[in-house]
Amino acid sequence: MLIEPLAELGLVAFDGPNDPTPSLVIEDGRVVELDGRRRERWDALDHFIVSEGLDLEVAAEAAGIADEEIARKLVDVAVPRAELVRLARGLTPARLARVITMLDPVELMFAMKKLRARRAPANQAHVTNLKENPALLAADAAEAAARGFAELETTVGVSRYAPLNAMAILIGGQSARSGILTQCAVEERLNLRLAILGLVTYAETLSVYGTEAVFVDGDDTPWSKAFLASAYASRGVKVRFTSGGGSEALMGESEGKSMLYLEARCLSLVRAAGSQGVQNGSISCIALALSVPGGTREVLAENVLAAWLDLEVASGNDAIASHSEIRKTAKLMGQFLPGTDFVTSGYSSMPRYDNMFGGGNYDSDDLDEWLTLQRDWQVDAGIEPLGEAEAIAVRERGARAVQAVFDELGFPPITDEEVRLAATCLDSRDLPDRDRAADVRAADRVLAEEISGLDVARALDKRGFSDAAQAVFDMQRQRVAADYLQTSAIIDADGLVVSAVNDGNHYSGPGTGYRLEGERWQRLQQLPYAIDARLLGAGDPGAPAVEELEVAAAGGAADEVVIAVGPAFGGALGETINGLAHADALAELVEGVRDEGATPRLVRIRRIADVAFIGHDGALLSGSGVAVGIQSKGTTLIHRADLQPLDNLELFGMAPSLTLDSYRQIGRNAAGYALGRPVHPVPTVLDNYARAKLIVRTTLLHAREAAEVVRGAPPVELALTRSRMAV
Amino acid sequence: MAFDPQRHYPLGTERPDLVRTPGGLTLDQLSLHGEGVTSPELRATPETLRLQAEVAAAAGRAELAANLRRAAELAPLPDATVLAVYTALRPRRSTGEELEGWARQLDEWQAPLTAAFVRDALAVYTERGLLAV
Repeated sequence: MLIEPLAELGLVAFDGPNDPTPSLVIEDGRVVELDGRRRERWDALDHFIVSEGLDLEVAAEAAGIADEEIARKLVDVAVPRAELVRLARGLTPARLARVITMLDPVELMFAMKKLRARRAPANQAHVTNLKENPALLAADAAEAAARGFAELETTVGVSRYAPLNAMAILIGGQSARSGILTQCAVEERLNLRLAILGLVTYAETLSVYGTEAVFVDGDDTPWSKAFLASAYASRGVKVRFTSGGGSEALMGESEGKSMLYLEARCLSLVRAAGSQGVQNGSISCIALALSVPGGTREVLAENVLAAWLDLEVASGNDAIASHSEIRKTAKLMGQFLPGTDFVTSGYSSMPRYDNMFGGGNYDSDDLDEWLTLQRDWQVDAGIEPLGEAEAIAVRERGARAVQAVFDELGFPPITDEEVRLAATCLDSRDLPDRDRAADVRAADRVLAEEISGLDVARALDKRGFSDAAQAVFDMQRQRVAADYLQTSAIIDADGLVVSAVNDGNHYSGPGTGYRLEGERWQRLQQLPYAIDARLLGAGDPGAPAVEELEVAAAGGAADEVVIAVGPAFGGALGETINGLAHADALAELVEGVRDEGATPRLVRIRRIADVAFIGHDGALLSGSGVAVGIQSKGTTLIHRADLQPLDNLELFGMAPSLTLDSYRQIGRNAAGYALGRPVHPVPTVLDNYARAKLIVRTTLLHAREAAEVVRGAPPVELALTRSRMAV
Repeated sequence: MAFDPQRHYPLGTERPDLVRTPGGLTLDQLSLHGEGVTSPELRATPETLRLQAEVAAAAGRAELAANLRRAAELAPLPDATVLAVYTALRPRRSTGEELEGWARQLDEWQAPLTAAFVRDALAVYTERGLLAV
């Protein structure tokens, strides 16, 4: 739904009429006014941003730089990211919003590319199912890990399931690729307990809002949220906050401010709280942001702002943005092309039916499209291709591993049938129902008995899953060094932590920064459904349909119609683009000519593969001056000797829609022209998709034809060798 | 060798000699069936978190560093205590005296940064009506 902006309800993307004019007044080293508000009137967010996150020295410097100049620096390859990040430390929320609003969509994308914290982009997957079946969770997690996602997030329908769901994706994920980070989105206390047990490694449930009223409605303050972030870090959990335009309007307390301005407040606060990163870009309110003018641009501006503030960015694209596939994908390009730390903050790795995050914007049905888009643009958006057999194998391994752990821990059994179905099913409807009460009791046992990640690793090891055991153990070991608490950290398959610290983004123009090339580009372009072009249109032509005779001479009979075929016709190639045997098509042409009482003569043009010249050369040989020209792929025309080669009497360019009847009719019409009778053009069918569908085959068939060309070779007479009616 | 926060990251691979578990095990001693390897051992110590804070600060991330220093203070505290402080900081959960009480406790637990953080909150909560009445 599209609406007119309604500023008093916060339904305006940016530049809202009630947004404050940026200001920062410092008296005696103390800030007394922020964005038009005197200290006495500050809310908790103003206080927090000023006391925890504003660098007054940089602020003084920034006061001397015009907005336009800062905006230009954002898109100037000569200005390093580090300089921009430093400058942002002195900018107020209103100023951040005003500067970023100066960038147009392409400039925003460029700034995003430049400001991303980690050198290489990555992606996150969502893994859930409505039955909360652990075998299916593990299988989906395993497949997602094998597809290259750097993080996996699950959640619960029934919150008491959380320990089992966390365990299932931990086991499934690590069984397919070690180093993958996992989380279970649940209430903070429970989440912290799972983290302490080593069953999850990151959290992004820390939501913040741009007005005090909504913040307090969410039962937090900037201080409680920042404290929680420290609490998570103290337990070795990577933390990412969540914010996004439109949430304040949705919750009825926007103070009439624009989405972008309120998000600038959120992000200033997130940085001030010491979070390494944020999940933003409207997130679950995306459809609201997209309902107002400039919404898509606003959402990208949010992402860029976060990156500018030196935060890791998981850039939304997780909740359904629109029913329109075109708008959805157009919006995605803002993050997809420049690349963000996590292009989506949750790609639904299973079918939408099983998505418990409110339906994924992109889901498992869209994987091939995503991979193709990466291939089209030569862009790495964090998902790798996986063949079907390989997918089934990793899925089964994941499900088997969780089955073994359940058995080892005395949890309700996972049957072999569940494992088999988890590996191959479409969604959870294909799986039998489990005894949910018994599963919940097992989940309770995890917390009561403090069954930890270490216990899981040992259970896997005992049951012979030594690789998965080692991978789960390595994740526990990672907690000791806590390297993944740094900005934009992910862990590669060799257990090396890769973050903005040791692999930062230093893009400074063409040839620098992250580029999809080399081995990785080879990997991302080799899609399981890409076809070897050499296998297309080069099938066995079978026995020749024609026999070549002597060199053709000009005919004398006035009723003669030449049928001129291309160099490969009925020889190197055996059928037209839509599978008609050359022998049959030719026979129909011959018979059509005869139907009207003219005399057909077959010749092969060898000097050229172009249909216009094939036809015209034929016409020059024809006693009547009329000829049919036909290429091997089936493209046909009727020509006459007195016309220019590129002119014709009738052209049948849509070879894929020609039938044997069409060829018969073409033969009749050619005869009609030769005998001087009135002719009705052959009706043709138009298929506007034929070109898109068949252009590759067309190219390959034409290449085959062109390969048979013998420069300067004279045409030769032909006889049909294999047909119902030999000439 | 002195710790260089700009070069010695990741700690786990660049300076494993500086990393210990709470019980004093080195990273090398951590194996699936290693002696003394228990779940509570598999976590960062306050010292390690302070090294990570140095890394963050050296990378220009003052606020992340401050967060990690608070985390270092919280690391030795029991889970229930940490959660209790979190709850106390939520809106209108605590009176001014209660928050000041937590700040004093945190000072006693050698958590001065977190204590100061709670006192900052107290000042703003008082002004903004975010204390329990």
